[in-house]
Amino acid sequence: MRTITEADVWTALAEVPDPEIPAVSVVDLGLVHRVAMEDGRLRVDLLPTFVGCPALELIRSSVAERLAGMAPVVDVEMTFAVPWTSDRITAEGRRKLRESGFAPPAPAATDAARPLFATIQVRPTAACPWCGSDDTTLENLFGPTLCRTVFWCNRCRQAFEQFKAV
Amino acid sequence: MTKGESAAPVNQFDPETRAALTELLLQMADDEFVIGYWDSEWTGIAPILEEDVAFASLAQDEIGHAQALYRLLAELEGGDPDAIAFGRPPEGYRHARLLDHPRTDWAFSVARRFLYDTADAARLDALAASAYAPLAGVVAKMRREETYHLLHMHAWLDRLATGGEEARARLVAAMERLWPDALCVLDGIEGDDLLVAAGVLAEPLADVRRRWLAGLAPELSRLGLPAPPAAVAAGACRGPSRGDDFRWLWEQFTMVRRSDPEAVW
Repeated sequence: MRTITEADVWTALAEVPDPEIPAVSVVDLGLVHRVAMEDGRLRVDLLPTFVGCPALELIRSSVAERLAGMAPVVDVEMTFAVPWTSDRITAEGRRKLRESGFAPPAPAATDAARPLFATIQVRPTAACPWCGSDDTTLENLFGPTLCRTVFWCNRCRQAFEQFKAV
Repeated sequence: MTKGESAAPVNQFDPETRAALTELLLQMADDEFVIGYWDSEWTGIAPILEEDVAFASLAQDEIGHAQALYRLLAELEGGDPDAIAFGRPPEGYRHARLLDHPRTDWAFSVARRFLYDTADAARLDALAASAYAPLAGVVAKMRREETYHLLHMHAWLDRLATGGEEARARLVAAMERLWPDALCVLDGIEGDDLLVAAGVLAEPLADVRRRWLAGLAPELSRLGLPAPPAAVAAGACRGPSRGDDFRWLWEQFTMVRRSDPEAVW
């Protein structure tokens, strides 16, 4: 049997869909912090998208299930070692989100050096994923899941959701 | 090596510093936990559908933040995060008394959440570069999510302050009632100077509070809203005695655990 490499693990991870938007994988969303193979032990660290996201355990167990058997010991953990930010969503992930009717997030405005209160002036904007128009209106900063905001497209007159820029 | 992995071991702290860290974590976790439960009371009955969604989402964020902080406490002191969250009597909670009030009316909930969120933002700013890496990691995530809370509550503050007469009158009355309790959110902790010396906290909470109030002043003045009183009103900021409103909420959120302590959900 051929030895499993880290590249094989990444290929397998790219097949694990996000439970809420199955068109994108955990790799597309930038959820994989680290893959480490050492002495028959495979360790994968995932980054939580939102601290209170109820899908985190489902994501962790889906990844563990997909990787099962790739090493004698497979360990999949969530970590806050670095913050997941929406800037981690790949170009490919952004394309797939648009195709599924979601506007990808704008660049995140938060950084450690900037007082949080200063961010109250940052209004999210989004282009419509259906018709591409920039003539859109923010309907609600909060949406059906923690990670989404609701917009209205004034051109094609449809509601759409944008991933929050966090 | 990433930030989380370079964490100095917990036993780097002397007992006094560690006690102050435990108290800070418990205060933050309980603040987020209790405001999250109050917010969830709006689900289904908020003034507009969008706010049903928004307050449910805010509540879920806050309870998620509390859960992450209870986990840090469990790592630091041992124990089970759920037991810390749900297994204490009402007198054991350390949330600020700002969060003892029920949701009341919409203006009251907006005023309370605006005051709390901005105070919490100032506190999170002071922890963004914390030398206690596990906390810095959670705070980095919380700050990103809190950006949306601040945007939302600021928009509502502006809307009520500049809307009709009744909206404004209710908002002003709520802020006047809440200000003395709001100052309690950033009341000093015994040993917060030790946390500053250890690099856990960037500045003592008294300075965090000054920074918070200075940041708010221009906005309050622009909207003609009540300024903070000179001092916190008399009485303990964080319990142990609590009124009937918090006891009622405690009955609600501990109901499942009290009926079956082994329940998993």
